[in-house]
Amino acid sequence: MALPVAAVEGAPIDWEVPEQQVGLWSDAWQRFRRNRLAVLGLGIVIFLVGVALISPLLVHFGIIHDPIKQQVESIETPPGVNGHLFGTDILGRDTLSRLMLGSQVSLTVGLLVQGIIFPIGLAIGLTAGYFGGRIDNLLMRFTDIWYAFPDLLFVLVVVSVWSVNGPWFVQLIPIFGAIALVNWVGLARLVRGQVLSIKEKEYIEAARASGSSPLKLILKHMLPNSLGPIIVTLTFGIPNAIFLEAVLSFLGVGIRPPQPTWGQMVADGTEAIYANPTSVVFPAFAIGFTLLAFSFIGDGLRDALDPRMRR
Amino acid sequence: MAVTAGRPKRGALLPSRLTDATNSRIGSLVLYVIRRLLWMIPVVFFVIVITFILMHSAAGSPWDKSGGRQLSQVIVDNLNKKYGLDKPVFQQFLLYIWNVLHFDFGLSYQYQGKSVVELIGGGWPYTATIGVLAFALIVPIGVGLGVLAALRQNTRVDYATVGFATFSASFPNFVIGSLMIVFFSVLLYKWTGGQFFLPAGGWGLDDHLIMPSVTLALLPIAYTARLTRASTLETIRQDYIRTAWAKGLSERLVVIRHVLKNSLIPVVTTLGPTFAFLVTGSVIVETVFSIPGIGRAFVVAVTSRDYPMILGTTVLFSVIIAAANLVVDVLYVFIDPRVRLT
Repeated sequence: MALPVAAVEGAPIDWEVPEQQVGLWSDAWQRFRRNRLAVLGLGIVIFLVGVALISPLLVHFGIIHDPIKQQVESIETPPGVNGHLFGTDILGRDTLSRLMLGSQVSLTVGLLVQGIIFPIGLAIGLTAGYFGGRIDNLLMRFTDIWYAFPDLLFVLVVVSVWSVNGPWFVQLIPIFGAIALVNWVGLARLVRGQVLSIKEKEYIEAARASGSSPLKLILKHMLPNSLGPIIVTLTFGIPNAIFLEAVLSFLGVGIRPPQPTWGQMVADGTEAIYANPTSVVFPAFAIGFTLLAFSFIGDGLRDALDPRMRR
Repeated sequence: MAVTAGRPKRGALLPSRLTDATNSRIGSLVLYVIRRLLWMIPVVFFVIVITFILMHSAAGSPWDKSGGRQLSQVIVDNLNKKYGLDKPVFQQFLLYIWNVLHFDFGLSYQYQGKSVVELIGGGWPYTATIGVLAFALIVPIGVGLGVLAALRQNTRVDYATVGFATFSASFPNFVIGSLMIVFFSVLLYKWTGGQFFLPAGGWGLDDHLIMPSVTLALLPIAYTARLTRASTLETIRQDYIRTAWAKGLSERLVVIRHVLKNSLIPVVTTLGPTFAFLVTGSVIVETVFSIPGIGRAFVVAVTSRDYPMILGTTVLFSVIIAAANLVVDVLYVFIDPRVRLT
């Protein structure tokens, strides 16, 4: 749908061209598509989202095993025995269906946490960058302190203190909060830096001279122009959040059973690692390759959205 | 001769100018270090405040037992009294700060009669051993791989290094640790009939150290290798490198004297984050390999709500990280003469 490049270049400056906007994104998409690893990562993520969505249905209709049913007759079976494609764990629960159900937790954490971080980091970064002065100084001092706090330790303490009971998505709330608390600072810093550099550009000066309000300046000029790096940062935040949740589950302070999570499965598997190593290997690779897929997407997006990469 | 007399004596002028410059540089460095050290005080104070608030906003008390018999009210009251939990929160906080200033981090709730300082002191040798070993792996392997990959850009060596770095950056260290146990402890034991394998956990000053330190080092190695590669690639495109080649220096000289010296400057900055990573990594690695260090003690404290222990370890960790960052920043000034202190 994009206009031919030559036509755009030749045309007189028209401030109301929506095509320009479409051009940026379709151009980025073109470059993203050429990155084979990024497309592979996107494929894996789409597959995982599909799995997470349909696995409860599959369990409901009995197509895959019930992930929390203990089948005493087949405890610690290797892959492919008794209809357990990936084997079973120490309690005789089917590894494959636990993996499929576990993807729900990882994906929810990874994606939703970014939804929390985005408005917070954006608001604070924009305010600090735009108004500068004392607010900016306060934010930067705050950030310095926040950086001295190792994020994993902070998340561990918060989650152990604020744990709640209920179904898994309710238990996730303090985990969301903790991960968002440690991660918004990075985004706020990035947005601030972006705003600081854009603020000095001529087009901002022009917009201000023509009487735009601060709100319009921020929303119509600064935000769209710093969107690329923000999207990339949020994408790289996804594997980070998934990692933190998996570690929490692994250390035994995350989501409690019976809801399966990948971190918990690795921890359970190590209990009986000599009897059945596969019950560690499958969830371990699930975590690793999911994180890998997201970082491939992040790399692809960074290359695609970087204006310097454009021909 | 008149001309020579009017000209400033080079030999006399230059050294004194140099000493002046060096003196002011060292003077500002000292000021900088002092300022940074003073800045650590509010940082540590805020870490204590945040952790303290978190601890006291928790529902329930540290004496709650999960399931089973609860302690009687009399015992709970006595425990509260013993550990000062019956006082107002603000008073507890002031008391804690006062004690911390005297290096008294309180008594552990979990281990009777043991102080936090004793517990941390007991775990310290294990954590430090693993950490030092990992650090000894990170710098040579990370830098070596990075330089090699950059010098042989777009060859198999390069692709292998980048691939390795991407993979190990994506696999969390508890996953890598667990997978290493599967392969080097379980499967190797089975395949070699028990002849050759690595112990899956525990402590000993021999092969027990291999897997924990490699697990801990893997991600920083990947990080360092990536950064060294990028910075070396940038360096070898510089004009002075072309000059070095053009004047006929051997590859060895060009690489060691001209490329390495310049491309390692940005790598030094990663040592700060690396140190922070070693600290947090110890929490996971010590759990995976059942090592009785501080990291393991922290996890136990978190799961059993041992507040003084959590506070003590958090303060210790943040002091270590802040100090490591300071050392790195000062080191940077010495390595790169262009750095200005602000």
